[in-house]
Amino acid sequence: MAARDQHGPQAPWRGEFRVLTKPQRKVDGAAKATGEALFTDDLALPGMLYARTLRSPHAHARIRSIDTQAARALDGVHGVITGADLPQSYGVIPWTQDETALATDRVRFVGDEVAAVAAVDERTAEAACALIEVDFEVLPARLTPEEALANPEPAIHHNERRPGNISKHVKLEFGDVDGAAAQAAQVVEGDFSFHGTTHAAIEPHCALARPDADGRLTLWSATQITHYLHRALALVLGLAPEKIRVIQPCLGGAFGGKSDPFSLEFCAAKLALITGRPVKLLWTREEVFYAHRGRHPMQMHYRTSSDGEGHLTGVDARLLIDGGAYSSFGLVTTYYSGQLLTGPYDFPSYRFDATRVFTNKPPCGPKRGHGSVQPRFAFEVQLDELAERLQLDPIELRRRNLLGENTTTVNGQRITSNGFARCLDEVERASGWRERRGRLPRGHGLGVAGSMYISGTNYPVYPNDMPQGGVQLKLDRSGLVTLFTGANDIGQGSSTVLAGIVAEELGVEPEAVRVVAADTDLCPVDLGAYSSRVTFMVGNAAIDGARKLRRQVLAALAQEWEVAEEEILLAGGRAGLFNGDRDLPMREAFVLAETRFETLGATGSYNTPTLGGDYRGGTIGASPAYSFTAHVVEVRVDCETGVIRCEKVWIAHDCGRALNPVLVAGQMEGSAYMGIAEALFEHHTINSRGLHAGPSLLDYPLATSVDTPELAALIVESIDPEGPYGAKEAGEGPLHPSLPALANAVHDALGLRLRELPFTPGRVLRALRSQAEAGS
Amino acid sequence: MEVLSLKVNGDTRCLAAAPQATLLEVLREELGLTGCKQGCDKGDCGACTVLLDGQPVLACLTLAALVQGREITTIEGLAPAHRRRCAESPCASKQDKLHPVQDAFDEAGALQCGFCQSGMILSATALLQRDDDPKRETIREALSGNLCRCTGYTQIIEAVERASDEHAGREHRPRAWEQPATEPAGEGES
Repeated sequence: MAARDQHGPQAPWRGEFRVLTKPQRKVDGAAKATGEALFTDDLALPGMLYARTLRSPHAHARIRSIDTQAARALDGVHGVITGADLPQSYGVIPWTQDETALATDRVRFVGDEVAAVAAVDERTAEAACALIEVDFEVLPARLTPEEALANPEPAIHHNERRPGNISKHVKLEFGDVDGAAAQAAQVVEGDFSFHGTTHAAIEPHCALARPDADGRLTLWSATQITHYLHRALALVLGLAPEKIRVIQPCLGGAFGGKSDPFSLEFCAAKLALITGRPVKLLWTREEVFYAHRGRHPMQMHYRTSSDGEGHLTGVDARLLIDGGAYSSFGLVTTYYSGQLLTGPYDFPSYRFDATRVFTNKPPCGPKRGHGSVQPRFAFEVQLDELAERLQLDPIELRRRNLLGENTTTVNGQRITSNGFARCLDEVERASGWRERRGRLPRGHGLGVAGSMYISGTNYPVYPNDMPQGGVQLKLDRSGLVTLFTGANDIGQGSSTVLAGIVAEELGVEPEAVRVVAADTDLCPVDLGAYSSRVTFMVGNAAIDGARKLRRQVLAALAQEWEVAEEEILLAGGRAGLFNGDRDLPMREAFVLAETRFETLGATGSYNTPTLGGDYRGGTIGASPAYSFTAHVVEVRVDCETGVIRCEKVWIAHDCGRALNPVLVAGQMEGSAYMGIAEALFEHHTINSRGLHAGPSLLDYPLATSVDTPELAALIVESIDPEGPYGAKEAGEGPLHPSLPALANAVHDALGLRLRELPFTPGRVLRALRSQAEAGS
Repeated sequence: MEVLSLKVNGDTRCLAAAPQATLLEVLREELGLTGCKQGCDKGDCGACTVLLDGQPVLACLTLAALVQGREITTIEGLAPAHRRRCAESPCASKQDKLHPVQDAFDEAGALQCGFCQSGMILSATALLQRDDDPKRETIREALSGNLCRCTGYTQIIEAVERASDEHAGREHRPRAWEQPATEPAGEGES
């Protein structure tokens, strides 16, 4: 690790935080509250055309021919494109580039993009799409992984290295799992299933492309990966990267659903280049459901072994992952399904055997808690079963297996800070666990679960040795500090966190910091908002950059005042001395610095240390720090209707240090809400014809304010040695325990083990019936 | 095309629109009031909520031609109307430029991505107009037509309570994350 990446967790001005660790309003809060904030679809340009996408009605078909003549002839139509116009394949992972913007010869799911039309308005573009004639040769569709494995031909993707519709297979073993099971005092074994859910961000995908007069192209898009999109556009359009500018305007939620390059971005760009006019392409809600990239359905078999005291001795997992029609992030998903399970508990042997299979369904991808939410559900339910067998309190069982801090997991991941023990203490205390668990009336119960998650990933999506996060800073005589960063603020508040860091370091008010983010022309590269990386990586880069400027301001003041730099305090928009002598508005301090050092600017970078296990795939899942979470969930189950009512979730999360507790609590609450909703309501169902069962925000049941339980965020701080001031992630980790803690609460309430998600009333009633039959 | 006369945020605006044009289309595309968001265009998400004579309605399910002569308030009209009402105190800080409900949302962290916020804030404003001290269940009920995917609603509910407390001159209730020890729910509660 470069020295520049280590800042230490201390506050910058003799150990006291003045801006960070306190509730700060968001830098874009007022703009969002007043409706001023501009999202992609809010932008309109002179002469703008509107585009629509034509999609496949078949789950699997070969395209014999496409006739666009009638569409082109329609009055008001300015451009029609098909796969032949954008033949270059792409994909977010460089080794699995199996997508094209529009189908070139084959469609692989209902909704796969076939053609796009730009016209004077949306209705005309829609009408033109209906005039495009596509001659399909329908092929057999494989709608389950079992079906796809049993019928390798016709293959969904031809790949000689991985035939048989297998997208990715990973098998890794650490220690002697079978030996552990053979010698174990207890072995719990069982099957679990996760059904598949989608992000359903309230803002639909939208892209707006403008061909600039100087031969450049500007694309505004609702993306969380400006940089990867920039690369993909250059590849697919065959344009030099310096001719392309990608800007992410305000983004209306993403949760991983906007972290692939999407067809609409290429189509809007291509249509703009062809027509010479700005082109906007907004997907309907139904199209967003088909674009998907949501959480993978998984069938999971787990065998967990322990000694007679509940110390885990081995975990053995077999996972069948339904990938849908394309690879997307699937290579990473397959690794994550195993690699991220090796904490917060210590076990000496572990094996996972995960297979991701292509099916003729909307492609799955990363969703908040990528790849690891489903295995965590299975494993934490098994821990509850183990505790039951051993007649141990489930929290006590977890305490007996703590991984601890400054250690290494069974699969070789380095653990530094670890506040998991305190997370367990917090949820136990806050929920009244000891007095209430196991003692509530039938139908009313409490359940616990824990988890661990990455704060960014060591391995960038494409291999390179350049910084993973970067910022550029300028300050001048106006008193304003401007931070330029490629980091995508997707609502999680990354720009606010970065502004807070700069304000803390330079002693200015947060209002005196302006953040310019996610514009590839203006901002240094950052890899994007995924893998919970931004606070950790870009936060460190911001400290790096701000300290360079701080040194210049301090040097100028020290010279002016003839004092040592250590005596100077920059805080609250004023420069002075710690002893109270001297007081200057910061603007005047900046004038002194600009006078002495001339035009002021600095860059800051972050790169991860070299980490990860020494084996193929050992770097996937390696992170500079891990967050830890424990939940206790309280449920009431109506035994007449089978309806589970989740009443409350206590969420204890070790975020390292809470740089802005309002934002941290918001991430914790939002995560728990999403996890509970996935367990109880959401179901991304594709029927036997490959159609989505209900591609609307009514039929895909999102939890409303009435359905959502009371959420109590209990912030735990472990002060990570490498995080910015000790901070780690908070955006994804706190989702994981919601599902198993809820399942375990149902067991406490009724003695039922629910292993199949979601926990619908029908499933609960069936389980109750089986329970009654077994008991009679 | 029909010529429509709409009263939006206190101004009467004349414009030409197709007979089937929704209020959402007219507000966003003809009047440039893009604070009104399209999340589904089917009446499912609530992001396009505006106030019609003070009552929340879904602009995507409302034909523009049918609301002529009614008082339409969008998110853009909320703060200026508030400022007009307290014109004697000139605006000083950023917070003063906001309507009290907007300010409470900003302060409480109720805004994450912000896409649902216009609708959410207008629904909350309408609630506080009819009940200035709503119970938590009433708030949940009143906001149940506005989907938020970011917050888990907790900070939104806290924002509404904060606005209510502010209006009544009460001390703010502690937020969920500020409570050092959370009391377990009592057995008698439902």
